[in-house]
Amino acid sequence: MAEKPIISIEKVIKNYPVGGKEFRALKDITLSINKGEFAGIVGPSGSGKTTLLNIIGSLDAPTQGEAYVLDKNIAELSHNEAAKLRNYNIGFIFQVFNLLPVYTVFENVEFALLLQKNTVEERRKAVYDALEWVGLQDHAHKRPDKLSGGESQRVAIARAMVKRPKILLADEPTANLDSENAHGILKTMKMLNKELQTTFLFSTHDEKVMGYLDRTIHLRDGALEKDIITNKTNSV
Amino acid sequence: MRLALKLAFKNLWGAGTRTVLNVLVLSFSFVIIILLNSIIDGWDQQAQKDSIAWEFGEGHLLHKQYDPLDSFTILDGHGPIPKNQLGITPILVYQATIYPQGRMKGIVLKGIDSNQTILELPIEKVKTSEAKFPVIIGKRLAESAKLNKGDEVQIRWRDKNGTYDANTLTIVDVFDSNVPNIDNGQIWMDIKTLWEMTDLNQEASFFVVDKNYKVEAFSLWRFKSQEALLKQLKDLINQKKTGQAIIYLLLMAIALLAVFDTQILSIFRRQKEIGTYIALGMTRSRVVRLFTIEGSMYSILALIVGSIYGIPFFMYLAQVGFAVPPADQKMGIAIAEVIFPIYGIKLVVSTILLVVISATIVSYLPARKIAKLNPVLALKGKQQ
Repeated sequence: MAEKPIISIEKVIKNYPVGGKEFRALKDITLSINKGEFAGIVGPSGSGKTTLLNIIGSLDAPTQGEAYVLDKNIAELSHNEAAKLRNYNIGFIFQVFNLLPVYTVFENVEFALLLQKNTVEERRKAVYDALEWVGLQDHAHKRPDKLSGGESQRVAIARAMVKRPKILLADEPTANLDSENAHGILKTMKMLNKELQTTFLFSTHDEKVMGYLDRTIHLRDGALEKDIITNKTNSV
Repeated sequence: MRLALKLAFKNLWGAGTRTVLNVLVLSFSFVIIILLNSIIDGWDQQAQKDSIAWEFGEGHLLHKQYDPLDSFTILDGHGPIPKNQLGITPILVYQATIYPQGRMKGIVLKGIDSNQTILELPIEKVKTSEAKFPVIIGKRLAESAKLNKGDEVQIRWRDKNGTYDANTLTIVDVFDSNVPNIDNGQIWMDIKTLWEMTDLNQEASFFVVDKNYKVEAFSLWRFKSQEALLKQLKDLINQKKTGQAIIYLLLMAIALLAVFDTQILSIFRRQKEIGTYIALGMTRSRVVRLFTIEGSMYSILALIVGSIYGIPFFMYLAQVGFAVPPADQKMGIAIAEVIFPIYGIKLVVSTILLVVISATIVSYLPARKIAKLNPVLALKGKQQ
């Protein structure tokens, strides 16, 4: 029997008020993502990629339709329930890294665990494990302003992965990186996907990212254009 | 809570100059509030102590027709001293005119037993004088009438029959008291001398009572307790306190405005950070709490910084006292040349609570907005 999808989107519509009118950002989207996939929502700017990612990340809710993440209906979650879902199960990687500037690399990565009930030793081990995955264990006590763009994004990956979430959402993670750093980051994420069976879902229009994806979900003007599986070995 | 405190401290530490300025302004308010109140409290205690020691004793037993605030009552406001009454020191009040350096000046003669010990008045000095009419005066009258110790001055008074009489007083001492009520325009002498001058033998206008006095009903006398006598002084000090409260409320308002302003600016500028907190799994209420604690921590840091420079300053002031300007000493109320501030636990605790609670409230008010922020827009750093 096939395993239940980890993300299930059914006829999702998302409207935004723009200049007194309703702008439809997502039009009747239906798709599902299985555990361990390395997939990407692909499309030009304004196609609704980030909106869809935000709904899956429980930062936003659909206007119509249903979005289930780990069997939880996003529209029905309270603020606190959504926060709990993100805290334990969803990691975020942002285009501009969003590192907290007054904290060190260690503290930035540790932050996600501080919201959970872990001991100091557990946190310390988990943080150094995460920094090792991204090759930054020697930068633990640096502040974000002392890091390059590539290093900052690797800290963001470590922060997202340190709590070993079931889903990792990456919004244009390579947009601010040069080609070499972008490939380095993507290789790291691919490795984590394989080792930890974390489901990765990207929002991107970067060709480099697309080259690593096992599945590309194409959006255009808020509608699902095509859904292409390029490598099924990773899909459970 | 520990997490919020830790994060708040790190955020404040990271904010650098902004934190330093807020903390300094708030700590300054904290120190000034304690300073102003401690001086008032010091004055309050000193004034009460001096008034009791020099004027009030344990209370006054006044002739029913005598009102110390109405000079028209002096003529008739006296009567025979009750017999066998313990714990009362009689004082007879009488009007007269002195002529220092040929100038006329209306004064009040006050006769008191030269063996009395209830008041600090150095009246015993008249006993050792060989002058016919030895008297003592306070430094204020000495200054205004240009009289010094050892001087003689002409006096004219009317005896009980209304006949004018005149003689020469000898100033045997000029005493220095913080209580102007026993000094301004008053000349103290032995009551026996005044009885002799006025032919009002064994009569008094009022009595200063001591602890041996037991309150009882007299037809001719009314009792005014120490508390009732101090009320006027306390009312005056409370009035002064209210005036000073306005000053420190203004100071507090300036300091709290700085905290409020910083909070508004923080929430305005740190939208992306707030969005990140929410995306990482912080609940909105927890983010609100974090920002509120950040604001409150300004007050905690202000207490620490204020203590660093405030405690040595307060200790120094407690030793050397606060010099009262001469103009203030002429206000007609009991005030010393130097006031020693009093730092009570109640004052310190209430000031700490006032600063911390006010800072928490002004931090919470803008932070409430976070609960309504759209995290998606916040992550993009868009103003909401």
